[in-house]
Amino acid sequence: MSKYSFRSPAGMQPNAPGSLPGPDDISRVELPNGIVVLSRSNFNSPSVVISGYLNAGSLFEPDNLLGLANFTSLGLMRGTARRSFHEIYDALESVGASLGFSGGTHSTGFSGRSLTEDLDMLLGLLAEALRQPAFPPEPIERLRSQLLTGLAIRAQDTGEMASLAFDKIVYNAHPYSRPEDGYPETVQAIRIEDIETFHRRFYGPREMVIAVVGAVDTREAVDKISHFLGDWSNPDQPTAPGLPPVRPLENLVRQSITIPGKSQADILIGSAGPQRLSPDFLAASLGNSVLGQFGMFGRIGDVVREQAGLAYYAYSSLSGGIGPGPWYVTSGVDPANVDRAVELIRLEIARFVDEPVSKDELDDSKANYIGRLPLSLESNGGVAGALLNLERYQLGLDYYRRYPGLISGITREDVLAAARHYLHPNRLAIAVGGP
Amino acid sequence: MQLPITRITLSNGLLVLLKEIHTSPIISHWLWYRVGSRDETAGSTGISHWVEHMQFKGTPQFMAGVLDKAISREGGAWNAFTFLDWTTYYETMPAEKIDLGLRLESDRMINSKFDPDDVESERTVIISERQGNENEPLFLLGEEVQAAAFRVHSYHHEIIGDMADLQTMQRDDLYTHYRSYYIPNNAVLAIAGDFDSARMIERVRELYESIPAGSAPIRKNWPEPDLPGERAVTVEGPGETTYVQLAYHAPAAQGPDFFSFTVLDSLLTGPSNLNMFGGGISNKTSRLYRALVERELAVSVYGGMQATIDPFLYTITVTVHPRRTTSEVIAAVEEEIRKVQEMPPNLDELVRAVKQARALFAYGSESISNQAFWMGFTEMFASYEWFENYLSSLAAVTPADVQKIASTYLRPQNRVVGIYQPTGEGEESP
Repeated sequence: MSKYSFRSPAGMQPNAPGSLPGPDDISRVELPNGIVVLSRSNFNSPSVVISGYLNAGSLFEPDNLLGLANFTSLGLMRGTARRSFHEIYDALESVGASLGFSGGTHSTGFSGRSLTEDLDMLLGLLAEALRQPAFPPEPIERLRSQLLTGLAIRAQDTGEMASLAFDKIVYNAHPYSRPEDGYPETVQAIRIEDIETFHRRFYGPREMVIAVVGAVDTREAVDKISHFLGDWSNPDQPTAPGLPPVRPLENLVRQSITIPGKSQADILIGSAGPQRLSPDFLAASLGNSVLGQFGMFGRIGDVVREQAGLAYYAYSSLSGGIGPGPWYVTSGVDPANVDRAVELIRLEIARFVDEPVSKDELDDSKANYIGRLPLSLESNGGVAGALLNLERYQLGLDYYRRYPGLISGITREDVLAAARHYLHPNRLAIAVGGP
Repeated sequence: MQLPITRITLSNGLLVLLKEIHTSPIISHWLWYRVGSRDETAGSTGISHWVEHMQFKGTPQFMAGVLDKAISREGGAWNAFTFLDWTTYYETMPAEKIDLGLRLESDRMINSKFDPDDVESERTVIISERQGNENEPLFLLGEEVQAAAFRVHSYHHEIIGDMADLQTMQRDDLYTHYRSYYIPNNAVLAIAGDFDSARMIERVRELYESIPAGSAPIRKNWPEPDLPGERAVTVEGPGETTYVQLAYHAPAAQGPDFFSFTVLDSLLTGPSNLNMFGGGISNKTSRLYRALVERELAVSVYGGMQATIDPFLYTITVTVHPRRTTSEVIAAVEEEIRKVQEMPPNLDELVRAVKQARALFAYGSESISNQAFWMGFTEMFASYEWFENYLSSLAAVTPADVQKIASTYLRPQNRVVGIYQPTGEGEESP
């Protein structure tokens, strides 16, 4: 028997074919040290996915060491107190398993997978990397070279450079203006002591969440996590820092990044969007679908790609998140067509905030949002991501069952109000990366 | 573990493969055509991919845009891919909605409009797609390496086609290509998911069997002669990062050497993942990673091979360490190759390669779309048995086989050496 109280009913059955995750087949257990374990069984394939995050994001890093959270997360697997870099990857790759970490703004994430028969190895390695990383100098310096080469490649990437410029304009002095992978000079400035200190201070079980999905019994999943991570503690682990408000744009701000020799220019146009927990998030999200997602990229795709033939890709994106993530339209076009594409996109944004979307448009997107759920939850990775979302935003274990009702209730007026709240055709950031 | 499949051929020659999977209320429907960039000649490179784009431009029954919206409204996913040997279209949908996919695919096998205005607007879309690719150094290098590797065989050009051809091809060229290859006796229909096979066959017959067979397209083959010696190409372009690509002529999927080569690939650069859905694994214990990245000659190394009708390429792609040279990198690769040529690998390395493949298959089988993908995909160059026997074929490979394959294929005389030489500094951070 398990030592822990289950929030969901005991004796859970494997989920019925095709049912959406809900309280009767998701197990949620909080270990005494604060780790929340979410799990759901799927015995259709002999494999298992683990995925999760802990509260050690780039918000904690100082301006002169940007990239520290990311560097630290990637350094975890470069050697531990017990194993060398090679031994770590030998354990993983010998059985076709994978495990990786990445630093984000609010948290450090991880994900891995293996055949079920190798789950103990995978979790043992996860625990070792989180709790006993050695940050050995030679592998860490090798990692630094790799990160610096990555940044040199980024400097040549028209889309990435446009995106950096966009964040600078929209978020100005806000932490979201800072790239999680830092700049060459900040990555160069990070010392191993900085990495060790970052790990010691910010890594810990409090607010850590882990999802286990696949061919494993949910109680067994909890027992295993408890075995490997249940006695981890870090009494001094701080809580996440708050976010300052984003100062809204007051006019159009345009910036071009020149990268000589490139064939295509990438454009981003938009501003700060809603938080995931904003009351108008779902309305904004449905509006975004009409604007630049539904079918082949919604209205934006229709105008920029299908009618004008200007671009292979042209769509809009809204991410939500803990803070006000960006809401933007992006497209890649011939450098000679940048102004025309910008104009077409601005006209669509103007129309989007001017008049409500049509009933048909909204119904289409609603049907898509509800209908695509089973597909997005087809793989273990998809389910794990969905479970982490439930926890990160405290949506409730019954959220996916309630979801169709939430979506159905949104009106054209809700969408218009959300559009007007976040987008204004004369207060936009326009960033272009190209030759 | 493996579920049985139903295999029938309709009177018009359409091969139908069905696999019932009742784990999720989803059906994935794929229609494959035996046509790809392999079937193109100079002047019409990229035509197969362009035809694929035109298939989304509507029929009299399903107008352009209506298609996208209808599928999206039902919560479906759909897309199309053009490859060297094939072109495929898929719809994965909630099970009770799949009929839309069947009606749409059967309709556009024969009724696509190819409106001249649509051809023109799609021309610039595809040119934009190509320009996006040209922004990537590895596309520029890969294109030149591939061209150097194939002087005779039609594998010599990129699937997207050459800019000159994209600028000049006309509506009738595209339409003729469509009518020549998009016929039931040149297609394979693969459906997996939550259905009853008898009823699905009935519906497939209703929708597809009335489409007349066409005269079977002649798929020409221009065998590539052995290289007379090593070829080298240099691409200069923006940036500050140097890349090396070594491309060796590799065996066809159906030949006896393919599985031995797959094991060799696993040893040298980590396992290639042939799944369409479901990612691969890292390669940090592969021989070349250890020799190049751990010794700081390179920042990354990847290898890959494709399952193709004719012999294609085994490609080793290296991002050179900023303080190292391309010749140091090439020498280190050659040293590792020499080791396999001189000494057969340990048996446990082979056991490892099989286990890796087994894990990748398990990950891939989480997705019904991926299971449907495999059925049609393997028919394009072999048959579904190729997939069913994949693991046992790998397990049958011996250390001596791997050694022999390395000696036969990984010779300098059998390769193209490509170097991307950066010309200068990029823009600094904004």
